[in-house]
Amino acid sequence: MNTTTAAPPQVRRVRRRNRNRWTVGWVLSRLPYWIVAVFLSGAAFLWIYPFLWMVSASLKDQLEVFASGLGLLPDKPIWENYQRAWGEAGFGKYLVNTVIVTVSTVVIVVVRCAMAGYVLARYRFAGRRVALTILVVTLFVPTGYTIIPVIDISQRLGLLNSLAGMIIALSGGAHVAAILLYMGYFRQVPRELEEAAVIDGAGFLSLFFRVMLPLAIPVTATVTLMTFLATWNAFFLPLVFSFSRPDLRTLSVGMLAFVGENSVDWSGMAAAAVISLLPVVLLFALLQRYFVEGVAGAVKS
Amino acid sequence: MTAVVERSDTVVAHPDDDRSRRKRRPIWSTVWVWIFLAPTIVLYGVYTVYPIFASYWFSFVEWNGFEESKTWVGLRNYREVLADPLFWNSFKVTALFTVVAVPVKVVLSLLVALLLNSPKLPLRNLFRTAFFLPVVTTTAIVGVVMQFVFDPADGPVNRLLLQLGLVDEGVSFLGHSSSALWTVVAVYVWKWFGVTLIYWLAALQTIPDDVYEAAQIDGAGPSAMVRHIIAPLLKPFTIIITLLTLEATLKVFDLMLTMTNGGPSFSTEVVEIYIYRWAFAATVPQLGFASAAAVLFGLFVCLLGLLQLVGIRAARKSGGMR
Repeated sequence: MNTTTAAPPQVRRVRRRNRNRWTVGWVLSRLPYWIVAVFLSGAAFLWIYPFLWMVSASLKDQLEVFASGLGLLPDKPIWENYQRAWGEAGFGKYLVNTVIVTVSTVVIVVVRCAMAGYVLARYRFAGRRVALTILVVTLFVPTGYTIIPVIDISQRLGLLNSLAGMIIALSGGAHVAAILLYMGYFRQVPRELEEAAVIDGAGFLSLFFRVMLPLAIPVTATVTLMTFLATWNAFFLPLVFSFSRPDLRTLSVGMLAFVGENSVDWSGMAAAAVISLLPVVLLFALLQRYFVEGVAGAVKS
Repeated sequence: MTAVVERSDTVVAHPDDDRSRRKRRPIWSTVWVWIFLAPTIVLYGVYTVYPIFASYWFSFVEWNGFEESKTWVGLRNYREVLADPLFWNSFKVTALFTVVAVPVKVVLSLLVALLLNSPKLPLRNLFRTAFFLPVVTTTAIVGVVMQFVFDPADGPVNRLLLQLGLVDEGVSFLGHSSSALWTVVAVYVWKWFGVTLIYWLAALQTIPDDVYEAAQIDGAGPSAMVRHIIAPLLKPFTIIITLLTLEATLKVFDLMLTMTNGGPSFSTEVVEIYIYRWAFAATVPQLGFASAAAVLFGLFVCLLGLLQLVGIRAARKSGGMR
């Protein structure tokens, strides 16, 4: 009863506020924001224009790319460009290579960093301090400058010129941040949880895989996303690993080779670029919040 | 890190469960600890720790990479690198790139972040997405696409300039040594703008809303708000964000190689491209020479890393005083 009697005046008040919303004062106070929004819309359009131009060029035939100037809409979408990029130019193969390399690297990095972070956070053992010191010190070593020894050792191990070698090299270097993330998370897990699992008869392995790893899903999500992005976009290492094996190229390396050979095929280039960028852009569209949080974490910590 | 160690020490030393703990931690757990660490020790050892030491060793030998034989030459590689005007040129290009790109990126993204931080701004999430989009895309592919975007005859940039009547004929942005570096700087700022923007937005979010409200009640206008509220509160973040941006700016290999390959006439050859040219792109690779250059630049970057540590500590202090 109380609620029904109390409701009408509230509704009336809300209505009145809605009616009065478009007063001169309100519009004037909001006007600067709308001007800024219009200005920012222009900037945002310019910002993504290169991508729009790329998609549009990929749907035009070669002459139309030049003839239509700045116009974005193609007369009639031409899908043959994608066929050409996918088949003849080898981007189908490059895409498969990139997916294999990226997925394997992400799996290896997540598993090895979670395991290392777990034992470093929850167990005391001789050498723990040393291990931590080495990790933190090498956090500042630029990985790009270690490329020569990496190539040398890969060659000695017979791993150069193979996808497996590329995967191991990509998942081997750096990723200290991932270990530290897992460490920070596992340290907060209450001891009681661990003890309860041990009383229930969990061994070391099932404690980690059944209890701890499932708990750390938020960290795993961040690490997966960041590793995925870094590996999909990797260039230097795949470039050097596929010098003598063009069939092992990833998308980024294949793109450079493609324009080196066909500098006049603009629409083919654009189609190849769309094939290469679409997966990351789609992933970004779906998981935008996590991307932003992953980046913002660097400042907060 | 020391704090971490100390904290777990106290946990273990807790008197209550000292004895029961020993029962619960049988020897097999130590074995498992090392099994769990093994992948990281092996991979990290081979691909990060070993290369750091190996590049020092390589920098003292002459070695073309084809043969096993390495001849010890002492400091000769270093002498040659330091005497090579092109090494200093690449150092200069890297410095110039950094000195221009970092402030432009940090300041521009702060301005946009201040706009986007206002809750009354319509479509703010859409703008944030648009500005962040280039960040997730593959740098090497963007670099190749940009070659076409800045094409002197048919690229969209020149088309626009021609249509607006700003130029009479297409400008070869990447073809002249006077403009190539600045074109890459512009693309670089565009590509990574979103990261710095998110940094700033995260920093701005740490200022509670009531601070703004209190200032507004006291009659502070937008400019007073920026000068007396936002600027002092953002000071510690400015140091961290600038340093993070600085460190990232030293890694421009992907964009540089795909947009200009160091040219024209070495005007965009950053140190990474210089090392790459001697190690992988030369007909007879000079791996010893390239390693010496890599070690020199690695030391320089480490120095900046140390500076970063000091800077962050200073930032923490000035943040903690408030």
